[in-house]
Amino acid sequence: MKAKVYITPKAGILDPQGLTIERSLPALGFEGVSNVRVGKYIELELPDGEGAGESLERMCRKLLANPIIEDFEYELIEE
Amino acid sequence: MAASPHTAAPPARFGVVIFPGSNCDADTHDAIETFAGAEGRYLWHKETRLDDLDCVILPGGFSYGDYLRSGAIARFSPLMEAVRRFAAEGGLVMGICNGFQVLLEAGLLPGAMQQNEKLKFICRLVSLKVENDQTPFTRRYRQGQVIQAPIAHHEGNYFIDEEGLAELEANGQVVLRYCDPEGEVTQEANPNGSLANIAGICNREGNVFGMMPHPERVCDALVGGTDGRGVFDSIIDSVRERSGR
Repeated sequence: MKAKVYITPKAGILDPQGLTIERSLPALGFEGVSNVRVGKYIELELPDGEGAGESLERMCRKLLANPIIEDFEYELIEE
Repeated sequence: MAASPHTAAPPARFGVVIFPGSNCDADTHDAIETFAGAEGRYLWHKETRLDDLDCVILPGGFSYGDYLRSGAIARFSPLMEAVRRFAAEGGLVMGICNGFQVLLEAGLLPGAMQQNEKLKFICRLVSLKVENDQTPFTRRYRQGQVIQAPIAHHEGNYFIDEEGLAELEANGQVVLRYCDPEGEVTQEANPNGSLANIAGICNREGNVFGMMPHPERVCDALVGGTDGRGVFDSIIDSVRERSGR
């Protein structure tokens, strides 16, 4: 089973990369863009079976993301 | 002539961890060896026996390439399980720079490191205010003293939630803060955006300590200064006192 994990800086936490991008966009004529947040995208393959979601959730909490500063979301893709 | 009790005391025993990618291990080990009251040995990241040691130091560097997040992978090494037990039994543990990041990721210290606010690697001398001179790592300094030590990092922007910060402050766990040369804790003196200018913290029990600046790089007047010697002297004093040496 494939999974996609999206990790972003927690709401309220300053994201200097996102801010820099946000401030650069008007220079290229893209006005009005806000709330740019830069994160990570991780793809992985899990062993099939029940409990994959729960296992992935724990992986995110324990390693893939640092819950103190990062939020995460994931998608499981049945093939 | 009778030997003084001081010279007769056995040395404080330091272990300096080597993770793949550590690069301040030799500097730290060599700094330790300049103290008459200390001896150091290296600890490979697969070692699990620490019972001959008084203090374990996690040095600076780029453990495991800083993959994923700084310190995120190092915390799973066999040695870190041993360090966790060592700390739980009251052993002294200090993380310098990347070592501090590892202690945060391992949950041995509260909070997390983010990239520096300006997204740049910063390598320069900074002024630090000693906020707590009662810890085993800072007792040779006095509260309010300003010392100088270099920082060299890309992720030194300390973060903890509001509640966590209040707890740190209330318990005296903020040990070092970035300040100007006069000791004023100002925004301008904050090199990396760190919350409340935090440069070093300890756990509630006081036996685990992390700092972003490098005390081992200011242990020799010929190269950089000697302001960092107080950290090692403090540890040596604490070890002597604990063991009644």
